[in-house]
Amino acid sequence: MSEEKKIYDKGKVLTGLILFVVILAFPFLYNSGKAAPAPDRILTEKAKAAKECIEPKAFMKSEHMQILNDWRGSVVRDGKRIYVSSSDKEFDMSLSNTCLDCHSNKADFCDKCHNYASVNPYCWDCHIDKPKENK
Amino acid sequence: MENSRRTFLKIAGISALGLSAKPVLNAFAVSEHGGKKEAQVLTKKGALAAKRWAMVIDTRKLESAKDLEPVIEACHKIHNVPVFENKRHEIKWIWEEEFKHTFPDLENEYLNDRLKKLPFLVLCNHCTDAPCVRACPTKATFKQEDGIVEMDFHRCIGCRFCMAACPYGSRSFNFRDPRPFIKETNKKFPTRMKGVVEKCNFCTELLAEGKMPACVEASTGAIAFGDLENPESEVRKLLKSNYTIRRKVALGTGPAIYYIV
Repeated sequence: MSEEKKIYDKGKVLTGLILFVVILAFPFLYNSGKAAPAPDRILTEKAKAAKECIEPKAFMKSEHMQILNDWRGSVVRDGKRIYVSSSDKEFDMSLSNTCLDCHSNKADFCDKCHNYASVNPYCWDCHIDKPKENK
Repeated sequence: MENSRRTFLKIAGISALGLSAKPVLNAFAVSEHGGKKEAQVLTKKGALAAKRWAMVIDTRKLESAKDLEPVIEACHKIHNVPVFENKRHEIKWIWEEEFKHTFPDLENEYLNDRLKKLPFLVLCNHCTDAPCVRACPTKATFKQEDGIVEMDFHRCIGCRFCMAACPYGSRSFNFRDPRPFIKETNKKFPTRMKGVVEKCNFCTELLAEGKMPACVEASTGAIAFGDLENPESEVRKLLKSNYTIRRKVALGTGPAIYYIV
């Protein structure tokens, strides 16, 4: 313990260390406070009038992808096409014909959030996104 | 000194264990009483059901290509089947074929004039022992309990093993994005995407609504559809009173499309 500890090339090491920390932190500092706010959900009149989706809002927000995944399995593979929600309401399990019937504003309702979260669901490769609109 | 380190480690270990137990207990608490009633799934009320769906096509009532046209049109329209100019890209669910190609194993050297000229409606045979189901590596093609050979497009990886396996050529592959080639889109039914195989689905989606398949409706009585296991069904009655043939029976696939010739 009596031997004094010594850093060789103290100046260089310290500058190097500081430089390293600064470079590492630069992207975080540069972008701090600039985070894009989460987009607002825009509801259609029909969706507003319905008050509640097939399940409570919070549940839909976090679980809609799981629900849709379960629905496609149930409809295509088991032939079960009716969903009875936790509040005992019945719905036809169909993305195009049930979900988009209310949420007919896919660009505002679905895409905005999906773009924000950087997810690319491939639903729309096959499912028709504007069931009500005449092309 | 040594003793106190020992106690310290003991306490630290036990508290770490205690902390890790909390999330586990939480998970159990959630799964036991989520507080919410579980959602259920049911079959549609009024859906048509059968033990084994089958079809009888009365070729005596479908004499020319003109008679077949509305049938093919009806099917292809509601299922968003694209029309490609290039024959190699063609998508077909139900189409017309001549006798020698429909029943190659029945071909005689000299065939009577009527059969020689008669156009036959051909479609997926929804085989009892379907080779496409066996060939599919992802189970995208599967056999429903009611005998329908159904496709789950979500699972299809486009390997085309099923196309090689099907002895009836009932399957088509989407070499291109079909959307621009669909004349009139039926908004209720999805389209397909590039890279999946498709075929006739015996109108599963209509049966679920209690409706007969589109081709049956459009045929004005020339095509009968019903339960092969039910002796009272229309198809069984027709099979009882008429001589019928099926395509390539010797292969043992057990096709469910019967032809009255």
